Amino acid sequence: MSDLDQQPVLAAHGLVKRFGRVVALDGSDLELYKGEVLAIIGDNGAGKSTLIKCLSGALTPDEGTIEMGGQKVTFRNPQDAQAAGIETVYQTLAVAPALDIATNIFLGRERLRPGPLGTIFRMVDRPGMARDAQRALAELGIDTLQDITQAVETLSGGQRQAVAVARAAAFGSKVVIMDEPTAALGVRESGQVLQLIRDLRDRGLPVILISHNMPQVFEVADRIHIERLGRRTAIVTPQSHTMSEAVAIMTGAAVA
Amino acid sequence: MQEEQVVEDAAAQPAAAPHSLLSRVQHVLHRYPTIGPAVVLLVSIAVFTALGNGRFQRPETLGIILQQTAVLATLAVGQTLVILTAGIDLAIGTGMLLTHIIVAKAAVDYGVHPILALLIGAVAGMLLGAFNGVLVAKFKLPPFIVTLGTFYIFGSLALLVSKAQTTSKEALGGPDSLLLWAGKGISIGSLRITTGVLVAFFLYVVFWYILSYTSWGRHVYATGDDPDAALLAGINVKRVLFSVYVVAGLIYAIGGWVQLGRSLSASVNAATDANLETITAVVIGGVSLFGGRGRIWGVLIGALIVTVFRIGLSLAGVSVYLQNFAIGALILTAVALDQWIRRVGK
Repeated sequence: MSDLDQQPVLAAHGLVKRFGRVVALDGSDLELYKGEVLAIIGDNGAGKSTLIKCLSGALTPDEGTIEMGGQKVTFRNPQDAQAAGIETVYQTLAVAPALDIATNIFLGRERLRPGPLGTIFRMVDRPGMARDAQRALAELGIDTLQDITQAVETLSGGQRQAVAVARAAAFGSKVVIMDEPTAALGVRESGQVLQLIRDLRDRGLPVILISHNMPQVFEVADRIHIERLGRRTAIVTPQSHTMSEAVAIMTGAAVA
Repeated sequence: MQEEQVVEDAAAQPAAAPHSLLSRVQHVLHRYPTIGPAVVLLVSIAVFTALGNGRFQRPETLGIILQQTAVLATLAVGQTLVILTAGIDLAIGTGMLLTHIIVAKAAVDYGVHPILALLIGAVAGMLLGAFNGVLVAKFKLPPFIVTLGTFYIFGSLALLVSKAQTTSKEALGGPDSLLLWAGKGISIGSLRITTGVLVAFFLYVVFWYILSYTSWGRHVYATGDDPDAALLAGINVKRVLFSVYVVAGLIYAIGGWVQLGRSLSASVNAATDANLETITAVVIGGVSLFGGRGRIWGVLIGALIVTVFRIGLSLAGVSVYLQNFAIGALILTAVALDQWIRRVGK
């Protein structure tokens, strides 16, 4: 899928992050190419969450560089990363349950009405945002949510995750990061989310997927980045390695 | 294939397909939280009309209800904003007293022009609110404790500034003074209200618009609903919280102005129940104490319910002691209803 001669959309070099005496990242590298699903796997404490937080702007690395399209970037907060086109879907379903679907998709990025209603009265464009939210959901094939004005808490877990993914897809112009997107979901709902990930990739958006679920990783990933002891120990593919080989590398039982 | 799955999922969720009448009711109330208080208001008006010996349904009584609700309703707007962020403002009553005494002092003792005196009051109110806001948003102290502290502080300052003296109507510049403008009578047929009632109503229109149609309003809801999700969505939660307390402070001053018109004097003994009654109005009005839910019109109805209960029970000859019993029961019912409504989809 990926062409290694191509320039990575997102790359990290030698990231170091310490928390007091604990070294969470010890020179971690990462490359993400256009049109791929890159899975990141690693044991607990391997540093994958820290790595992702550095890429999504939630943490600032102590050392190392992050590049987008070959340009060095610095993210001081999640807004910086969002402005650069990186959207993150968090494990904890970062949606406001009492607010409706459209409001959640545009939360923090409300669009104003054109004309004096917007410029003077600061009126948000509710019909326009509802229309675009509906379209964002339809593009992902989840337009079965008939009513865009229903509160997110009336949705099932999979549907809520779909709202979070739709938001990421609507605003993530360069990269979508998904942190354990299926952890809270049942089998069928997980299947829907995996399909959403493929759809995003097929639309050209590269996806970083963090997951503990090996069958899912092997089902959907193009490449698998294995993080161990705060750095990348190997990159494998579902074709080159079996699940148990990947787990062996992850736990240190085997060397890549 | 994919679509079928989604449809099946939706059907499997009890939340998405209400079966029993009760769960239908729960969904309707979840969607339109103002229905509850509106029903209570209509039923109580009907009951008090039946019990009131022909006095309750007179236009004079309606006028008195509206006038008596004006200060409470005004302050309840600020309380609503704070409670929508899952906070609480116990200092609203004394904050209002302090600002209206500052306005009176500035105008009477220092001879400041009424307009300037009112502006000084507005700035003072915002500073009081900002003090609450810094402690809540920046130092992350619980709003209950912060505003309990400032409740005492503002009350004490109000006593200090006024030396517990009442500033009379004449000293404030007589009935035509801008300071007492909110007390001007308006007659619509045999209904007599004051401009203060209109000020309160206007405030509801403004904040209905702000809460429903501006980004800030959406962010207030999101901050109270789930602050972590709001933060991850890129909302500056601290700034939203701080600004809510500042706006609540500005509303102290507006409430103080309405109070000046209501009592036609400035006194630390005014509106002693305002603190708790604003919370009562907000809760009865269907706003969740857990934040993020509720509509401003419900609060206006809640404020009216408080006054309708007081006046209706009085006219029906029910003792003052039992009036509080009734309002207490109403609060508990409202909170229980809120808990039930919030379980939608769980």
